[in-house]
Amino acid sequence: MSEYAIKVQELGKQYRLGGKIENRYRTLRETISGAFTWPLRMLKGELREHSEKIWALQDVSFEVREGKVLGVIGRNGAGKSTLLKILSRVTDPTTGFAEIHGRVGSLLEVGTGFHPELTGRENIYLNGAVLGMKRREIAEKFDEIVDFSGVSKFIDTPVKHYSSGMYLRLAFSVAAHLEPEILVVDEVLAVGDAEFQRKCLGKMSDVAQAGRTVLFVSHNMSAILRLTEESIVLERGKLVYRAPTRQAVDYYMASGLSQSGERVWKPGETPADAAPFRPVAMRVRDAQGKTVDAIQSRQPLEIEVEYELAKPIKGLRVGVYLQTIRGETVFTSFDTDEPVQYEKYATRPAGYYFSRAKLPAHFLNEGQFVLGINASSFRVRRYFQEERALAFTVDAMGAPGMQWPEPRQGPVRPMLEWEIEQVEAVKA
Amino acid sequence: MSELKATAADANKVLIKPQRGLVGLDLRELFRFRELIFFLTWRDILVRYKQTLLGGTWAIIQPVLQMLILNVLFGDIAGLTSGGIPRPLFTYSALLPWNLFATAIGEAGRSLVTNRNMITRIYFPRIVIPLSSVLSGVVDFAIAFLLLAIMMVYYGVMPTSGIWGLPLYLLLSLITALGVGLWLSALNVHYRDVRHIVPFLTQFWMLGTPIAYEANKIFERLPQGFEWLYALNPMVGVIEGFRNALVGTPIYSTGLLWVSIITSMVLLITGLIYFRRMERTFADVV
Repeated sequence: MSEYAIKVQELGKQYRLGGKIENRYRTLRETISGAFTWPLRMLKGELREHSEKIWALQDVSFEVREGKVLGVIGRNGAGKSTLLKILSRVTDPTTGFAEIHGRVGSLLEVGTGFHPELTGRENIYLNGAVLGMKRREIAEKFDEIVDFSGVSKFIDTPVKHYSSGMYLRLAFSVAAHLEPEILVVDEVLAVGDAEFQRKCLGKMSDVAQAGRTVLFVSHNMSAILRLTEESIVLERGKLVYRAPTRQAVDYYMASGLSQSGERVWKPGETPADAAPFRPVAMRVRDAQGKTVDAIQSRQPLEIEVEYELAKPIKGLRVGVYLQTIRGETVFTSFDTDEPVQYEKYATRPAGYYFSRAKLPAHFLNEGQFVLGINASSFRVRRYFQEERALAFTVDAMGAPGMQWPEPRQGPVRPMLEWEIEQVEAVKA
Repeated sequence: MSELKATAADANKVLIKPQRGLVGLDLRELFRFRELIFFLTWRDILVRYKQTLLGGTWAIIQPVLQMLILNVLFGDIAGLTSGGIPRPLFTYSALLPWNLFATAIGEAGRSLVTNRNMITRIYFPRIVIPLSSVLSGVVDFAIAFLLLAIMMVYYGVMPTSGIWGLPLYLLLSLITALGVGLWLSALNVHYRDVRHIVPFLTQFWMLGTPIAYEANKIFERLPQGFEWLYALNPMVGVIEGFRNALVGTPIYSTGLLWVSIITSMVLLITGLIYFRRMERTFADVV
């Protein structure tokens, strides 16, 4: 029995991009004419490497112990999907190798092989077979699958008549009843409604608790944090970081984010459909009015949004989102939250504006925070939104409870008025 | 139970590495996926007749209509002979294996592209897809065969001892279809021209196959020693064999039958090699 469920060694995958990506399959004519004109092009010296090659994955090595849950974090195009494709044997690597112990199942395969003309019943069998289940296995679990999906009434209806929700539920039920030794989950949380996502997460933790190995790829940092203990970070096809998930997420979130305490929107950078609203800048200031990227927890701070209105806007509210670097929301606040302001700016005239909000001292916990901006008229239109406009750091120096050198959970660290009341004295 | 799982996991150990050069056909792997082959074949059959009024009857209507047209054209108008047996029987017995072949190469040729969402998302031996496309035609063949049996009773034509060759000729037509299907399906992944070529290919091939006429009409017109040129069309051997097995028309020459068999094998083997070579890029290109 091997102790590793997955062992990846110097894995690499090179793709050839011939011309436009969407035109990657050639026609026979192009190949034939290409063959004929080859000597000509060679004479003209045109025979450069026409097909551009890119490494979607390069020199990636890691291993996952049996029963562990590993998170895979990375931006779009960082190589996450390529890695999963290689591990699930859909595509071959160009270099290196991977050793897999056990059946690999994947929630990315939800609904693969489903045929719209077939009934729910027929599709369960077909999909089960596609996912590698034996017929007997499917027959045994059939009732369970149907129950889980909640579409038992329509089980003999062609799935093309299903609503997309029913379709997804049925597909997920089949995948969920496959019992792989290794489960690969890729961005399933991006599809489906909230209930479906909850089901996915529930299934994930079940699988993890049953001692199976899970590889979890997601953009949802809170899900990654909840479900994995360790994560790897991929950047442009390379593995750049491996650490306990908390650190890995921080590393990932901090990379590529403005850390200057100020976000300035250059003209042309904002989308045209934001007009008549035009964001100019957003910044964090300390008590002295200086733009800062780090602030102490014991000090107050000010968030400033600078913008211009080309035309009057009715019901405009300009506000900020504050999130921790891991994506948990701390609060959302708008400049017309107060009824008085709301009345006063029922229609905001054209002009150049600053909206400022003060955060009290002893409010935020230590850590990194991300500010977002939103300018909208409620239920009418969203003019502009950027959820991750700038980041700043809060230092815990002088914060309550610093006498104990331990990290405090939670995004806020308020100075609360504690009272200790002794009602009876006990003699020693 | 957990011990069982553990050994199963070790038996399931898979090494993923770049594959280069020639790779053999992994028959054991293919056997592991036999249920998938079954289910995909079953799906293809189900889907073919879903939401049709006449359902599986189409498997009979099509060859019957083809037979009528061919009989009028080649029999009544062109006045060709039909080897001394009733012309409907003569044509229909050849149309059965031909249609099995023609449908198979059509379906198999498209198969990888139509199943791209499976190919780009999960692993299984890719050959499963064109293979089940080819196999799904066997059910149509069986349905149409029922009518042939009835026709034989009606015309009072009894099969000769050659009937024992029938499964072999059926296998030969499947091998030919799989060989051509592998070529076309793998080519279609890279060159979508295949889609446009297949209808012509099928038409020309049909004219070059002794369905509405006797094979010896062609063999006899070829110069001495060059008869093998015609037998290079593996379907010539298949059709001759079928007719021989069912209605007892003699095979022109056993030697030439072997030419057909060998061509068929060459098609299958080269098809397999090409398919296995291209297989690695299917998920990236399809």
